[in-house]
Amino acid sequence: MQIYLPIAEVSVSAFLLLGLGGLVGILSGMFGVGGGFLMTPLLFFIGIPPAVAVATEANQIVASSFSGVLAHLRKKTVDIRMGIVLQIGGLIGAGLGVLVFNFLKSQGQVDLLIKLSYVLFLGVVGGLMFYESIGALRRSRNPAAAARPKRRQRGWVHTWPLKMRFRASGLYISVIPPILVGICVGILAAIMGVGGGFIMVPAMIYILGMPTKVVVGTSLFQIILVTAFTTLLHATTNHTVDMALAVLLLIGGVIGAQIGTQIGTKLKAEQLRVLLAALVLLVCGKLAADLLLQPAELYSIGTVGGHS
Amino acid sequence: MIRLAALLVTFLGLALPAASQEVVADLSQRRVSITASFSGSHILVFGAVKHTPESQPKSYPVINPLDVVITVSGPLQPVTIRKKDRRAGIWINTEAVEIEAAPTLYKIASTGPLEEILTEAEIQRNRISVPLAIRAPDAAEQSEDAEAFVEALIRIREADGLYREKPHTVHLTDQTLFRAEFNLPANLVEGEYTVRIFLTREQAVVADYTRVLRVRKVGIERWIFTLAQEQALLYGLLSLAIAIAAGWAASAAFRYARGS
Repeated sequence: MQIYLPIAEVSVSAFLLLGLGGLVGILSGMFGVGGGFLMTPLLFFIGIPPAVAVATEANQIVASSFSGVLAHLRKKTVDIRMGIVLQIGGLIGAGLGVLVFNFLKSQGQVDLLIKLSYVLFLGVVGGLMFYESIGALRRSRNPAAAARPKRRQRGWVHTWPLKMRFRASGLYISVIPPILVGICVGILAAIMGVGGGFIMVPAMIYILGMPTKVVVGTSLFQIILVTAFTTLLHATTNHTVDMALAVLLLIGGVIGAQIGTQIGTKLKAEQLRVLLAALVLLVCGKLAADLLLQPAELYSIGTVGGHS
Repeated sequence: MIRLAALLVTFLGLALPAASQEVVADLSQRRVSITASFSGSHILVFGAVKHTPESQPKSYPVINPLDVVITVSGPLQPVTIRKKDRRAGIWINTEAVEIEAAPTLYKIASTGPLEEILTEAEIQRNRISVPLAIRAPDAAEQSEDAEAFVEALIRIREADGLYREKPHTVHLTDQTLFRAEFNLPANLVEGEYTVRIFLTREQAVVADYTRVLRVRKVGIERWIFTLAQEQALLYGLLSLAIAIAAGWAASAAFRYARGS
């Protein structure tokens, strides 16, 4: 069934969009990532104009994250306090990120910077996670060889002021590290145009030391606000949010997110991390290949003003 | 008064042998409505050549046969064409050329190959071919090989089925009646489409005729588009409300399905 999208001005199969939404929704519910870093390239691929794809994707993530958060709230796997603290940092970071973005735009080559930062961050984050979680998996299968993981920086972080108790995460730490993490992710999110879940999740696990089970729900919680803000911004400045496209994607997405959450709670934390790491590395590999291999068509068409 | 009439007669008498045909034509539909289930459309361009007694073909084969060229042009829009190049082992966009106005769609149908039924000068004068439909007066200032960029635009849009030149697709019957069918793709852009019909003889245009086809979104498509443009904040909030409602509904439905 073909459907004509009023803002994107293209006709696409409704079932294809439902399927894509569902697939990304499952991943979103499982890993606590918004899925923007996967969905946006997929939408480009089926012929949605980039500006519309980026803006509409933000709207769809609001729906799937909200659906996911509700499922996590029932399981009490959301650290709302931590989410809010991260959010404060995230908003400061997003503001800074927009300034950085505009500065780079005036210098030219912002597209290249976006792509390179994608490859770099996806590669480093994915690689580290993969290495760490494979080790963890091996230890959990072979308890005899299990060594207690070193509690790095524990003492150092404990000396920081402004301590706060994060009951759901079982942490009593200073609010400064979460705010710093929020700022860093916010900057990256603004530059790269995504919710930032794929950076936030590893940061929460490895830097803040939050339990994996709580990380997913908390990440989704803070993604809702970021993407809702982004949606409004795109809708009012560029008029590029396509409601029809968003509805089709989010019907698939919200159902997928529920299924994903179910799968996520059945898997072990280490398995979950290995899978997310593999996914991140896969996307990284695809982006790197795009940069390194000669494209079939050297030229591309863009509308004036938008970036490709 | 009589003098004026006499003048007219002499004038017409002189003028007629030179421009001896007229062309009238119409479209199967004057407007195309884009609905939610729009998946492309056809339009039929049909018409007739009005002959004067002198131009009426009396014997066959016709010595100087007529030919018909029909062009359909979408609204003109500015586009940016970017070129990738290898820098330090990485393929990145290096050069860009901005084209002032390129039609979103451009199709040519004719009774024979363009270069056989028209001279180069006539094609130029009437801006009939695909490259001539693209207006880029300052492209040469933006890049040394601006031509390659324009060629790329044509190549990409031809591959998408947006630009096409198809000879032998206008059917001309008895040097008088003609018709041609055009496919409009599903990714049609709103606006006014210009349909031009050229009647040619001895490689020159002897008559032409222009019709406008209006392409417009209707129903919910129109409503969403207008809201997004004119009530952007409300539209954004509505999009968010739909997202939140859908997220909640899915969660509630799943909880109900599991009976907890």
